[in-house]
Amino acid sequence: MNRLHLNRTFPCLLTAAAAVTLSLSAGADALEAQLAVRGGTVYTMEGPALQNGVVLIGADGRIQQVGPAASTPIPAGWRTLEAAVVTPGLVDGRSVVGLAGYLNQPHDQDQLETSSAIQPELRAVDAYNPREALVDYVRSLGVTTMHTGHGPGALMSGQTMVVKTRGASVEEATVMPVTTIAMTLGPEVGANFSGNPGTRARGMALVRAEFLKAQDALPQLRADGTLSPRNLRTEILARALRGEVKVLITAQRSTEILGALRLQREFGFPLILDGAAEAYNLVDEIREAQVPVILHPTMARHSGTLENATLETARILRDAGIQVSLQSGFEAYVPKTRVILFEAAMAAAYGLSFEEALRSITLAPAQILGLADRVGSLAPGKDGDLVLFNGDPFEYLTLVCGVVIEGQVTNEDPACQG
Amino acid sequence: MIYISHATRAVMALAVAISASGAGLPAPVMAQSTPIAFQGAHLIPISGPEIEDGTLIIHQGRIVAVGPRADVAIPMGTQVVDATGKVIMPGLVDTHSHIGGGDGGDGTSALHPAVRILDALNPQDDGIRKARSGGITTVNVMPGSGHLMSGQTAYIKLREGNTIYDLLLCTDPAQEICGGMKMANGTNPRRPPPFPGTRARAASMARDLFVQAQDYQARKAAAASDRNATPPVRDLGMEAMVEILEGRRIVHFHTHRHDDVLTVLRLAREFGFRVVLQHVSEAWMVADEIAAAEEVLGSSIIMIDAPGGKLEAINVSFVSGAALEEAGARSVGFHTDDGITDSRFFLRSAAVAVRVGMSREAALRGLTLSGAEMMDMADRVGSLTPGKDADLVILSGDPLSVYTRVEETWIEGARVFDLSNPVHRGHAVGGYNLLRTSSHHHHGWEDYR
Repeated sequence: MNRLHLNRTFPCLLTAAAAVTLSLSAGADALEAQLAVRGGTVYTMEGPALQNGVVLIGADGRIQQVGPAASTPIPAGWRTLEAAVVTPGLVDGRSVVGLAGYLNQPHDQDQLETSSAIQPELRAVDAYNPREALVDYVRSLGVTTMHTGHGPGALMSGQTMVVKTRGASVEEATVMPVTTIAMTLGPEVGANFSGNPGTRARGMALVRAEFLKAQDALPQLRADGTLSPRNLRTEILARALRGEVKVLITAQRSTEILGALRLQREFGFPLILDGAAEAYNLVDEIREAQVPVILHPTMARHSGTLENATLETARILRDAGIQVSLQSGFEAYVPKTRVILFEAAMAAAYGLSFEEALRSITLAPAQILGLADRVGSLAPGKDGDLVLFNGDPFEYLTLVCGVVIEGQVTNEDPACQG
Repeated sequence: MIYISHATRAVMALAVAISASGAGLPAPVMAQSTPIAFQGAHLIPISGPEIEDGTLIIHQGRIVAVGPRADVAIPMGTQVVDATGKVIMPGLVDTHSHIGGGDGGDGTSALHPAVRILDALNPQDDGIRKARSGGITTVNVMPGSGHLMSGQTAYIKLREGNTIYDLLLCTDPAQEICGGMKMANGTNPRRPPPFPGTRARAASMARDLFVQAQDYQARKAAAASDRNATPPVRDLGMEAMVEILEGRRIVHFHTHRHDDVLTVLRLAREFGFRVVLQHVSEAWMVADEIAAAEEVLGSSIIMIDAPGGKLEAINVSFVSGAALEEAGARSVGFHTDDGITDSRFFLRSAAVAVRVGMSREAALRGLTLSGAEMMDMADRVGSLTPGKDADLVILSGDPLSVYTRVEETWIEGARVFDLSNPVHRGHAVGGYNLLRTSSHHHHGWEDYR
């Protein structure tokens, strides 16, 4: 079976070996972080792709230099990797991986608390499991940064965070501990909460009441984001009203998308539309509101609230000038997570240009989430996060040959010929 | 667009005619009285090597000639279609799907040998239109899920049709075998009584049914040769079970975990039934055992993008196709399990198998001829071979490229999908209120198991 490549699709099989390798590389000495990556084509996302380009990553894990090989000499003694194609580390715009585990048993499903439909005070850092098998799995397919946390399904399910897909503890993994408050609009929310809310309009009324309380408290919100007396729920909502925390609203149908835009106009928080299956019907409204969209996975099941989804929505929204990120999303069943590399590939197959499809899983989510100073493109000063491929990243037959996070090689496929 | 009005049908027919003339391609003709030659395409016959610049001729709903352009003479009166730059392969065969909105056995029993999915199918289901847009022409529609035996499956062609008879491959379901039999083990059928609570109980219940069927078969045989012997009271479920024992009805067995796969092999050996292993998530762990089992007609793999989601699928891997090929297993193919995966992405199943080591040849066979073999239909479909049904897919490029689109799907000489037709295009890409009756298959009980 020597030509089978189990690790390419199934890193969790390699549990023990992979864990050992990972912890060793994380503890490697600083010199090892001096890494040069040479690519036949390097997609920097900061301009046209470089042909025969080089990326130098310093001992601090940051990118030192990006340029054509001719004018970017590799310092003597640096480890050098080569690949046909190099991209920035992929950024998953919206996931629940780490809160949701692959076993799909009650003990590994922490993405949705069903005791109450409104719990924005729930923190993602208190539930993220960096050793979840799906974290390894998505990293093996190029994901280096992941916006994860509480899932869809509640009016306010809790907070989200940003992690790097490595680290033995949540502290080691965390990039941004509080990124958004995750909300969901739509009558389907009631199914998780014994019919309360039972209608769209009641859901909106409950949400507005919470934001009104936060609005009243806003003048008393201290610089450190606390109130006196403390109130965890009102504090986080007031921080959103002050613009420090974004609000991510899962809204698939047209009615819910318009509801989300209405809430944003009323309360003025920074809004990200999530899912947005019917956004193609509302491009003018979304563009005028200057709201970015983290679109449902292209191959998400087009049923239920996504029954009117199309395979061309990413292209339609980009053509309208709307900022679009793709996502792995939430899955209640198999597959337990989607893979953004595959989802962007399918968006490219249905009309999104190659560069735009790559942007939807690199720079676009980084910009939408406020991470563009660290990840999403290859530029000096940014994190040394890269993915190496042996061909067009979106082609089915192209393999991920290597993954680098902050200069550390986390994945390497020796069978992969660049 | 749940049911299309007559007016809408007329408009759609017009749209087909217009787009056909626009593309310089013939409109589908019911009996296909005029031979059609597709010239200049890259042909993937499956039954032989790929042909650069080939000619494919179809007539009266059958394939009449396949070969390099120089070797295939075009008879007088043939409509010649310039297919330069296109790739043509046989219509895809999906060995496990839930399109058609049907259900199967209910919660009254774990075993439903008498239940037929064909009695529950909606031939106008949008899922069928979506499947055509994915290049699928032949489907094994499976009943339900969550039973030891969910019922009888239906082998159908995705022809244009108003009734189930327009789609079936048999003419009289009361007299003929029109499908296989769906079974399942592992955690899928586990639930409170009358369902099994453990694996051993599940196997015991299945064996018990087969033992009853052997007895029924023996009493029938005795009555046939001895006029003093009393024949058994006619039992529709037992009749279907006897068809299985006689090797005329194939068992399609949902099985994921390696030990559950071996349980299927044990049952098949004991009762001598012909079986297709369905899903076989852990096939890569028991590939040699599968290859060695004479009762296994084939293995139909589901390609899932990430492991887990239920305990049976924690070891699911794209690598099963390559592992079975390497072990020499016969008829290794794929299925959509639509709506678990979308019929529109079926080509992708073969591509991701090749990604991790399956050969191109075996993977493309897995979408076509291997699937046909798993439904005893290899004499009719699955390859571009003279004499077989004119079921074919016209692709914009290589079938293993993500950028390739299905442009046309033909069944028995009739074009049933045309990407240049705006209505068909809607089925291919989705949109507002376009696919309201598509498959919403729920796996119900097994969801979190």
